[in-house]
Amino acid sequence: MAGAFGRRDFLRFALAGFALLALAAPGSRAEEKFIIVQSTTSTQNSGLFEHILPLFTKKTGIEVRVVAVGTGQALKNAENGDGDVVLVHSSPDEEKFVAEGWGVKRYPVMYNDFIIVGPADDPAKIAGLKQAPEALKKIAEAEAPFASRADDSGTHKAELKLWEQAGVDPKTSSGSWYLETGSGMGATLNTAVGKQAYALTDRGTWLAFANKDDFKVLVEGDDKLFNQYGAILVNPLKHPNVRAKEGQVFIDWLTGPEGQRAIADYKIDGQQLFFPNARPQS
Amino acid sequence: MLDLAEAFHAALRQTAALNPQLIEIIALSLKVTLAAVAVATIIGFAVGGVLAVYRFPGRGALAAILNALMGLPPVVAGLFVYLLLSNAGPLGVLQLLYTPQAMIIAQVILVTPIVAALTRQTCEDLLEEYREQLRSLGASSAEIVTTLLWDGRYRLVTAVLAGFGRAIAEVGAVMIVGGNIDHVTRTMTTAIALETSKGNIALALALGVILLAIALAINMALMGIRRFASHFAYA
Amino acid sequence: MLDNPRSPPEAGALCSESLLPLELRGLSLETGGRRLIYSVDLRVDTPGISVIMGPNGAGKSLLLRLMHGLIAPTGGTILWAGTPMNGEIRRRQAMVFQKPVLLRRTAVANITYALGLRGVRRNERGLRAFQALQLAGLERHAFTPARVLSGGEQQRLCLARALSLDPDILFLDEPTASLDPASTLAIERLLIDAKHRGIKVLVVTHELGQARRLAQDVIFLHHGRLIEHQPAPRFFEQPESDAARAFMAGGLVL
Repeated sequence: MAGAFGRRDFLRFALAGFALLALAAPGSRAEEKFIIVQSTTSTQNSGLFEHILPLFTKKTGIEVRVVAVGTGQALKNAENGDGDVVLVHSSPDEEKFVAEGWGVKRYPVMYNDFIIVGPADDPAKIAGLKQAPEALKKIAEAEAPFASRADDSGTHKAELKLWEQAGVDPKTSSGSWYLETGSGMGATLNTAVGKQAYALTDRGTWLAFANKDDFKVLVEGDDKLFNQYGAILVNPLKHPNVRAKEGQVFIDWLTGPEGQRAIADYKIDGQQLFFPNARPQS
Repeated sequence: MLDLAEAFHAALRQTAALNPQLIEIIALSLKVTLAAVAVATIIGFAVGGVLAVYRFPGRGALAAILNALMGLPPVVAGLFVYLLLSNAGPLGVLQLLYTPQAMIIAQVILVTPIVAALTRQTCEDLLEEYREQLRSLGASSAEIVTTLLWDGRYRLVTAVLAGFGRAIAEVGAVMIVGGNIDHVTRTMTTAIALETSKGNIALALALGVILLAIALAINMALMGIRRFASHFAYA
Repeated sequence: MLDNPRSPPEAGALCSESLLPLELRGLSLETGGRRLIYSVDLRVDTPGISVIMGPNGAGKSLLLRLMHGLIAPTGGTILWAGTPMNGEIRRRQAMVFQKPVLLRRTAVANITYALGLRGVRRNERGLRAFQALQLAGLERHAFTPARVLSGGEQQRLCLARALSLDPDILFLDEPTASLDPASTLAIERLLIDAKHRGIKVLVVTHELGQARRLAQDVIFLHHGRLIEHQPAPRFFEQPESDAARAFMAGGLVL
């Protein structure tokens, strides 16, 4: 009788609450089949996964969980065994990954291209140039602002290669006109738009990007802007927890006729983003 | 450009539409944070109470560490938990990485110091008034801890809500250990980060408005509780 | 229970022999290089109310806390019926402080809490608590949040709580210092009632009137030393020391 809500009642209530929370907390879903794919932010931001993955899950019943980070981080995560498949776009790094034994085999999957985007007033006057390194050189000479991902990603490495071909070391101007954001593609584009700066981006992310302001595609079509994607199964001998069987099913599907068609079918505003180029399976 | 009013309306429309994806994201945010706060509260009350009441060597150092941990950057907590749970790490065998459980663990690390430090402060304040009388009545140190925790219950609610606020709003920890996987580990904050990076600023703002609304509701509940408590001189 | 002068002991207590005489031998307290209590030799062996008096800073409150075991002396011993102070003995004592100390619960819950600490069985606590409340005239406030009560009611509640524990020894440190006359009277009546039921009371007060009303014997302290220990009539008529005389005359005793 003493006290409407005494201490004992409180304890009982608290225990019940915790028990409820423990039950409500999502289980480990171990009974469901899934794989973890380490991929890149640019691929995710393009919306490709939302289009093709449901088709794969419907066919095989395997759920695909995508962790989207920069290429460097994706490969590092895979080295730690925190993924079953990597799908990135940096061929030299991918080959090194396999050579060092972290991955089983590299399968080409698709390609898209990079483009240079910039503000409509185009201060460095690069619009329509056919050679990307030449455009970058003009940007450097004009000291027009340029936003770089600077995050060790496939896009970033492609960008650095183009600067090299242009004979310019932009890092010496880091902080003045060369802005190293250290971020994913979308965040870098936000910065570019905000600062009216040029940027190198993959077409997929750009088409899906919703904050374009008055920016235009200024340089495209150069062979050097070609961007190849590869899929690799993480080596189960290095990490026994890797879901090798399901991972291979995914890679086979991606490089097989259904996956390749799904990739080609993905369009934004009628434009195809990715071009399947897997080698035919023997 | 960025129209806050438009974002607000977008937020209302999304909520009214009971968009299932939105519901899923909100539900996960709440589940993860509430579970983390529940665990952190149990640990934090115990640690804070013991620190306030018991005398032992290293007490001062422990209290200082606790205070410092209150300012632990979420992304650092996330990194730490990632290293633990990674397949290359000591607890990799648990296969907890990229699951809500990992997110809960990371948030427990963030919230516990707050609850513990505020609990310790509350108990120490109460102890100043109660110490002699409780010892006269013959209470053991353990009994004093539980007595103070119950006696300070309304102030401790503040501590718990402070912890909740920190957890529901952070993105660094849950992003690294959860991986922001669609339908699995995507919370409100990681969704905001994603939509922002896709340039969907309006949608990101709308999510932000909803998150603020939740935080506001919690805080108003807090004010209500404290007003109720002071009515009975229980505050 | 509360009507019996000598009730059966609680779980684990010593047998119900008296805790008196209280003997302090060479009791000293020193902190930070300062001597607060100087080698006090005292023997209290009569029942009833002993009043501890003296000017401010004399060490009265400290002496009380030493007797109750809340502070450890730096020198000398405290013996209760020949046994040094220990936890068992402390459980047979209770103390009321100058400011009422009550938990954030109802009045009756404060008392059942104390009974719970003593190990009283759950189904007995309510009854004993209510008896104590009745004794103090607080039964209609049983379910009022304790801290909402007036100052006088709170102090009566503290005393009721102490009495519910059925102590052998009851300490009070200036219990009515900030209370109105009506509450003071109520408290004093409870103390006299306690005395009649065989509880040994040691109360610190600085009010001469209260001392005269209550005291069986007077313990007079000054500057941390025991100056006098006399039966009350003798102390009030013919104090032996200059300090006591000055105190009674109402002057400032340096």
